[in-house]
Amino acid sequence: MTVVSNSTPWSPSPRERVFPTVIRGLVVNIQLTLIGGIAIGIIALALALLRTTKSPALTPFRFIATAYVDIFRGAPLILIILLVGFGVPALRIQGLTSNVIVLGTIAVVLTYSAYVAEVIRSGILSVHQSQRAAARSLGLTSNQAMRYVILPQAIRRVIPPLLNDFVSLLKDTGLVSILGVTDAVRAAQINASRTFNYTPYVVAAILFLLITIPLTRYIDRHIRLRSEKQNSDGLA
Amino acid sequence: MKNRKGLVIALTVAFAFGISACSSSDSTESASASCEKADLATIESGMLTIATGEPAYYPWVIDDAPESGEGFEAAVAYAVATQLGFSKDEVKWVRTTFDGAVTPGEKNFDFNLQQFSITEERKAAVDFSSPYYTAPQAIVSFKGSKIDGKSSIADLKDAKLGAAVGTTSLDAIESQLGLKPSVFNDNAAGVSALKNKQIDGLVVDLPTAFYLSGVEIENGIIVGQLPSTGSGDQFGLLLTKGSALTSCVTGAVDAITADGSLASITDTWLATNTGSPVLKP
Repeated sequence: MTVVSNSTPWSPSPRERVFPTVIRGLVVNIQLTLIGGIAIGIIALALALLRTTKSPALTPFRFIATAYVDIFRGAPLILIILLVGFGVPALRIQGLTSNVIVLGTIAVVLTYSAYVAEVIRSGILSVHQSQRAAARSLGLTSNQAMRYVILPQAIRRVIPPLLNDFVSLLKDTGLVSILGVTDAVRAAQINASRTFNYTPYVVAAILFLLITIPLTRYIDRHIRLRSEKQNSDGLA
Repeated sequence: MKNRKGLVIALTVAFAFGISACSSSDSTESASASCEKADLATIESGMLTIATGEPAYYPWVIDDAPESGEGFEAAVAYAVATQLGFSKDEVKWVRTTFDGAVTPGEKNFDFNLQQFSITEERKAAVDFSSPYYTAPQAIVSFKGSKIDGKSSIADLKDAKLGAAVGTTSLDAIESQLGLKPSVFNDNAAGVSALKNKQIDGLVVDLPTAFYLSGVEIENGIIVGQLPSTGSGDQFGLLLTKGSALTSCVTGAVDAITADGSLASITDTWLATNTGSPVLKP
């Protein structure tokens, strides 16, 4: 086997040089995740509500929502990013931004809204029909029953899968780098390809883990405390 | 909850140490003396496996078909193969990414040519033959862009320039121009961004710049060449670090340089690539 002499590919490299660029890149990942996450939450909730309606009047919208979820859940994210980031500006539509960060975020939001909509929908469907019937019999309108009875139970049940999607979102924002945005992964790649020292990749990996692991633990704990409280309420 | 925090830290530290423990040891192999075809330790015996990019661009390779021998690098590859004693039928082409090829490790090719500039850092990771071409870096843009008509580096201070990751073009944007570049996986993605006016200019080597501005980009222009930095502008054939073929391939490149065949290949494929202004400091 032939290996490299002179340079040691895994040894720590000058931290003052690599660390700030990877951190600056990570800020981009975090920004995309937070802004994208809010947009995804809103769009996904709307899609899920639309798909669970039964009113015949909403059939066309239900059809559109279903088609949307099918398409964006089924198509590879990287394709959507290339299509939106490079393809859409190529159409030269007046007044449309060609900013790659904005377009990249839109692409991620389009795909993740489909994922998250399905998670929320499964949550809504998991709430037993009797809950809705009981709410209606108490005089709540159909919308009120959804708002105050069904959704609170539905969302609580799907917090773990939602968190899964949130962590994936944070990691997948790195894909926007193919449009020329320097995120944490790209910043690490630039440093690694310049010196053939691969420590920057480890640095980037650890930075991601420093966010995702505590986040997962916190939510786990939150869910456990909540379910304990709920169970003790029931016993009281 | 104390234990949990401890566990997280322990895992992170273990991960980091586990990886740093995999440091490679040094080893260099000396090249064999004989350059007879029968003695060459090629990947496939009796065949010469040559790699280039996917897609390979004009004027380096015409129509992305290196097998034809058309295009500067395709012609150089066959000239070197002939010099080493391989007929056209005994050359096999494979494709690699630019970034993947300059990375340390085992390769699936005997040598690779896709405008690899010879640098000291890269020499630590791969072997290079002697240079077969010297190319300066140039900025490609389009008519009416923010940097159209600029003639000095000082005028470019607000420009948004792009380059492919792992290239000397990328280093040039940072070190020679002092700008923060947009970084792409490859030149093709950079060209897309330039066509969409998402960047003001793309930095590539001069012959590629001529192709991109003349063929790929509508109303394309070359803003100018970057002043030469010397070593970073020379292209070499890339081989695995410590490859037994390095000295023979270098010998072949030197031979085609000496007998003038390299010069005539250069004239054939890169003759129009003259006369773009060098940017003033």
